[in-house]
Amino acid sequence: MQVPAQVEYERAVSVGHALTLLARYGPRAAVLAGGHSLIPMMKLRLAQPETLIDINALSELRYVEVADGELRVGALARHADLLESAVVGERFAILHDAEQVIADPVVRNWGTVGGSLCQSDPSEDLSAAFAALKATLVITGPDGTRTVPARRFHTGPYETVVAPGELLTEIRVPASPGGGSAYAKVCRRAGDWPLAAAGAMLAVDGGTIVEAGIGLTAVGSRHFCASEAEEHLSGAPATPERLAEAGRIAAQHCRPVSDQRGPASYKRHLAGELTVRALRRALLRARAGER
Amino acid sequence: MNAAGAAPGAYGPHARKEDARFIRGAGTFVDDVALTGMLHGAVLRSPLAHARITGLDISAAAAHPKVEAVITGQMLAEQGLAWMPTLSGDVQAVLATDKVRFQGQEVAFVVAQDRYSARDALELITVDYEPLPPLIDAKRALLDGAPLIRDDQPGRTTNHIFDWEAGDLQATDAAFAGADVVVARDLVYPRSHPAPLETCGVVADSDRITGKLTVWATSQAPHVHRTLYATFLGLPEHKIRVISPDIGGGFGSKVPLYPGYLCAIVASMRTARPVKWVEDRSENLMATAFARDYHMHGEIAATRDGRILGLRASVLADHGAFNATAQPSRFPAGFFSVFTGSYDVPAAHCQVRAVYTNKAPGGVAYACSFRVTEAVYLVERLVDALAIELGADPVRLRMRNLLRPEQFPYRSPTGWEYDSGDYPRTLAVALQTAGYDDLRREQAERRGRGELMGIGVSCFTDAVGAGPRAHMDILGLGMADGAELRVHPTGKAVLAVSCQTQGQGHETTFAQIVAAELGLSADDVEVVHGDTDRTPFGLGTYGSRSTPVSGAAAVVAARRVRERARIVAGAMLEVSPQDLAWTGGRWQVRGDPGRSVGIPAIAMAAHSALDLPDGIEGHLDDKAVYNPPNLTFPNGAYICVVDVDPGTGVVTVRRFIAVDDCGVRINPMIVAGQVHRGLADGLGIALMQEISFDADGNCLSGSFMDYLLPTAVECPSFELAETVTPCPHHPIGAKGIGESATVGSPAAVVNAVIDALRPLGVTHIDMPMTPANVWLAIEAARARDGRE
Amino acid sequence: MRITVIVNGASHTREVEPRLLLIHFLRDDLGLTGSHWGCDTSNCGACVVWLDETPVKSCTVLAAMADGHRVRTVEDLERGGVLDPVQQGFTECHGLQCGFCTPGMMMTARALLDRNPNPTAAQVREALSGQICRCTGYENIVRSVLWASARQAEADPARPGGPALDGRGPA
Repeated sequence: MQVPAQVEYERAVSVGHALTLLARYGPRAAVLAGGHSLIPMMKLRLAQPETLIDINALSELRYVEVADGELRVGALARHADLLESAVVGERFAILHDAEQVIADPVVRNWGTVGGSLCQSDPSEDLSAAFAALKATLVITGPDGTRTVPARRFHTGPYETVVAPGELLTEIRVPASPGGGSAYAKVCRRAGDWPLAAAGAMLAVDGGTIVEAGIGLTAVGSRHFCASEAEEHLSGAPATPERLAEAGRIAAQHCRPVSDQRGPASYKRHLAGELTVRALRRALLRARAGER
Repeated sequence: MNAAGAAPGAYGPHARKEDARFIRGAGTFVDDVALTGMLHGAVLRSPLAHARITGLDISAAAAHPKVEAVITGQMLAEQGLAWMPTLSGDVQAVLATDKVRFQGQEVAFVVAQDRYSARDALELITVDYEPLPPLIDAKRALLDGAPLIRDDQPGRTTNHIFDWEAGDLQATDAAFAGADVVVARDLVYPRSHPAPLETCGVVADSDRITGKLTVWATSQAPHVHRTLYATFLGLPEHKIRVISPDIGGGFGSKVPLYPGYLCAIVASMRTARPVKWVEDRSENLMATAFARDYHMHGEIAATRDGRILGLRASVLADHGAFNATAQPSRFPAGFFSVFTGSYDVPAAHCQVRAVYTNKAPGGVAYACSFRVTEAVYLVERLVDALAIELGADPVRLRMRNLLRPEQFPYRSPTGWEYDSGDYPRTLAVALQTAGYDDLRREQAERRGRGELMGIGVSCFTDAVGAGPRAHMDILGLGMADGAELRVHPTGKAVLAVSCQTQGQGHETTFAQIVAAELGLSADDVEVVHGDTDRTPFGLGTYGSRSTPVSGAAAVVAARRVRERARIVAGAMLEVSPQDLAWTGGRWQVRGDPGRSVGIPAIAMAAHSALDLPDGIEGHLDDKAVYNPPNLTFPNGAYICVVDVDPGTGVVTVRRFIAVDDCGVRINPMIVAGQVHRGLADGLGIALMQEISFDADGNCLSGSFMDYLLPTAVECPSFELAETVTPCPHHPIGAKGIGESATVGSPAAVVNAVIDALRPLGVTHIDMPMTPANVWLAIEAARARDGRE
Repeated sequence: MRITVIVNGASHTREVEPRLLLIHFLRDDLGLTGSHWGCDTSNCGACVVWLDETPVKSCTVLAAMADGHRVRTVEDLERGGVLDPVQQGFTECHGLQCGFCTPGMMMTARALLDRNPNPTAAQVREALSGQICRCTGYENIVRSVLWASARQAEADPARPGGPALDGRGPA
């Protein structure tokens, strides 16, 4: 069986303690949350941190709550926590859609929302979902907290704006009155990473789209979003033609690469197809909310 | 035919004896074996597909404080152990000495005090490689200028391994010349991997004082392994004990010897300590035997009204870097020539050409009945292609050409003698179970709405139970298997067999076999297997041969015990044995139902002071070696129903109906379980399982993240039914079932997907039919439409 | 480092390397070989055990992370000589063949039935979708879990959410 290389281990007991440990051990320390991305990479020896700082004891970071209409998710919330939250299902359905197809139920028990975002895998579902929702991420460091839009969080594959010594602590999703959201994904099998996936958030007023958010993953979209397609929808009539055109635009602007899962042409097609499917479903949900 | 004199109720569903330990987590798998002082091995593997080794430095690894030994190919070469025999009569490098020939090939072996340190020490070994051009595409293997892979073999100038053919070429060509219709298809059966959930592993324990080598191994064929170790290592065979403890699935991949086993044995001899080596999942997928990789061109000839006249096939077989397939020696392409399948085909010819490539060795390792999988896939795809060409319903076309019951025993145009079957009835049961006509109506309605629903059929004939020793051997070992039956004084029995369960439930089924013959309860029969010191010689479990061969041996041994018991019973009842009849599981005086004795009483008498007739020494124990007169031919008819999402190419298997004829069923519960397994295989192979490579020979499927196996979500609830035509030459009429569904089901899935896509003009997609492959086919068909 | 883990109700203190995987701690250090590993990459689920009340893939959890926590393995399903209904179901319905995936399947199934005593077949399939079985095609595993669900409903219509983790009595 594959086994990690030697590593030191520290267990943080509070956010403050975690920051102290991060400062003490410097850039060759890694934050260990659920570990479902980090530990496999350590087993393959693609990741060889000197020290692991285990934050699983930070129960203060494990919550899913709605305050003032805003969704607040602690970075240590497990995927299962998000899926089990009834209020998330009602008001941010995209997150339930996505969580139902992220990895598998046992992995979702332990993998964390913050860990998934910080891993910054180019195929991460939650990165697209939170991009669609125009979420804000809260990063805590030695000098206090700062917030970063989800769409500026990822700086490249496996890279984020979280600096050494900092910790992602919360994800905030703004309330979206009159909104509906949805997520659509194609993968090769249950539990697989997406071949492509699209998330959509639509706020409508009467027949008009007042706000649109589209997230894409696994197709090389910058910041996991499809801003050109969003622009096409913003302020426009919520018609099937409009949604279809948004799909075409989303497909046009993504930059998928071919691999053994499928050729770029297929993934580009999926970006469009799934964008439209997510938009349609989000619109239905928005309208259901109006009723 | 039924089990002559079988005790009533002995066959039938019976909870498995094995389960008691497994549901408590109390099984003993190889990695559960922990011996005092045991060391742990790890294999250093080649990162390159083809390269010359120009330097190897193990000094840093050897200096690791927890490392006890580092073994290289050079060290093995000094003992004459660098190259080991394969089951195909080729040799394979244990540890590379000259070149590496596939990515993942074994280069060095580290032995350390714990598995983590062994893995750490691998990082300390440096190997200098001079990269060579890799040969990955089998179709380029014989081109001028192709890199020569096996330059270890003196005089070799090409990558050609063998050409093999079967059938009558002239008659077949004549049939094609006279046909109204000829349809051809190029079909790839992709490289697949059985991926049992337990990887391969070994614990080798060489005892310096007794000279005895004990090897706990994930082996489907412990006796074959022992003989190979004896001849390869030069050890006396009685000083080798191979133990196959509980095996976490094998499916064929645990038949061959692997370099890691030999490294662990050599390491144990060197260190005089037990050495464990268990491969990780990547090693398993990258280096342990794969299956299939057949590139087939098939042609079918028929009359305009749908009478099949002939079949032709030409195959390019990719065997990887060493010819290490496991099959009877005289059948280098296995039983592929059974490719006329379930049909009355007057003329057929096939040829198979095998080549080396810079990929892992193997080819026969995945519930394939020695390549019957490939054969069935070919003929079932060709029949569907013919149906498309003729505009015929694929079921009617099959019904028209299926062998009829009165044709059995049937001599096929490639020389096989099928034992028994009622193919039209089997297909009829499948159609009825599926509600075929309703499905076609539903399909028509859905097509009207633009939905893609497909119905796929596959009729298959498997060929299992190898085999007659006059024709079938592996490395000279005839494929007969032994059974030894002891009956204790109280009538409890112990059956020792040479086959090895990897989940098939032999401890239960074989107990039922003996119980049926002797009028005992299956609970009173213990089955011993998987230990060469405790079981008679035999070739093991693969090719669905356990029940056809070892099961028959058990029956014969039990009947010998029964005949011995008859003599004792005669003495007990003071009648001539000829005056006794085996009735209701007891020896009974003919015409006097009040006077009878059962085996327990007879056994006690046989061990007692009872005065026995001359020539009877007492006790009831007996044994048998079973040399099967022919293969058995399980068969079936499968129907798969799929839905295809035209926007994404995603295939959903909605229903799967399987009707199997495996002859007499000893434990129908276990038979059904075997079928379920194979159906999941077929679904996985058809839709997702593929070992693929990039142009440099990097394996792209080296983990379960990329080598996808079906989960409970992809599998529908399977619908099973049965027909029973007992095998006329097997003592209880059983045919074997272990591989039927793996053999028969992939074609049904593929045929269903193609059927779904027919309105778009799609006529073929190679497996695996991933969303991408299906969508590409849809797009290509749409593009053709656009041009037309 | 020194860790203390309560495994199946018994406290175990061991000196371990921080990198030691929980599955190896259970198998190699404690000799609890009922839990298996099958894939290295948290895809197959042969290694599923409970960490506190939650099924996790122990090939992807460090033993250090379990320090101070409770772990429940397949060896603790049978209590006081009484098989768990899930264990009974697997043998009644032929839910296992080689037995290698079985412990992980049963641990997930037990957790499912504690949370949802009456799952549908589809819910069972979904709950087990992170676990690979190469022998059964899942058909009889699903039946086994449904059998267990029915059996425990019969046995105790008012069955509470789940068995006590540290208690050694019958579940």
